[in-house]
Amino acid sequence: MEPDKKKRATDSSENAKVNLQPAGSHKGHRAERHPEWTNGLRRLYDSVVAEPLPDSFKELLSRLDEKS
Amino acid sequence: MSESKRTPTEKADFKRELTEVIPHLRAFARGLCGRPDMADDLVQEAMMKAWAAQERFEPGTSMRAWTFVILRNAYLTDMRRNRFRGEYDENVAERILTAPAGQEEPLHLSDMHRALLTLPPERREALLLVGAGGFSYEEAASICGCAVGTIKSRVGRARAALTSMMEDGDIPRRSTDDAAAHYAILQELDLVASGNGLASKTR
Repeated sequence: MEPDKKKRATDSSENAKVNLQPAGSHKGHRAERHPEWTNGLRRLYDSVVAEPLPDSFKELLSRLDEKS
Repeated sequence: MSESKRTPTEKADFKRELTEVIPHLRAFARGLCGRPDMADDLVQEAMMKAWAAQERFEPGTSMRAWTFVILRNAYLTDMRRNRFRGEYDENVAERILTAPAGQEEPLHLSDMHRALLTLPPERREALLLVGAGGFSYEEAASICGCAVGTIKSRVGRARAALTSMMEDGDIPRRSTDDAAAHYAILQELDLVASGNGLASKTR
């Protein structure tokens, strides 16, 4: 989102939004801008959404049908 | 409660919508309680409660928001019963949260998750709903049973805390830290649970 904050040469991946390097000089901006980890939070959520559904859920769904 | 009032078609619609939100319930639960197995148990519990209460669901409204309320209540109840011991399973979490193959730089999603788990529960859930789940402040306020301004404030504080942790590298590294954080969470839970009248919303 804000590649200018990425200081490390190795950090070239577009997807590497969570930068754990200390960014001391940016403290004043914390309140106004979305920090770089914002996308990481969404990725955390989306990574679970994208997981295949365990069989236990399919079993539960079919049990629900039997009950009704 | 009788389950006979809904037509088979309505029941089929309900079930389809419920099925569609399962991945989102799992993601929300994982964010709330850290351990994937516990999170899935929680989702199953919420699904059964949702199924039993399906006549209270208004067709056409958001199934995701409706089931999140149920999931959240189940979580708070279980937490107060101490079912979740707060043993954050680092190995499982690392495996689940690790960056996709081909990623040059690890995303440190597990760091982020640990940091998230140190937040007070009401801020954590607010941030999960808005920052991860993509709910509006208004929707999140409705789910949590509190004012929109309260949600904004919680999200703001959660963001500030996470930013501080991520930028300063002040993230709990070990499970003992998580256990300590969990005690703090437990201590605050009663406040959260009693503070906003959740139980009256879905029961």
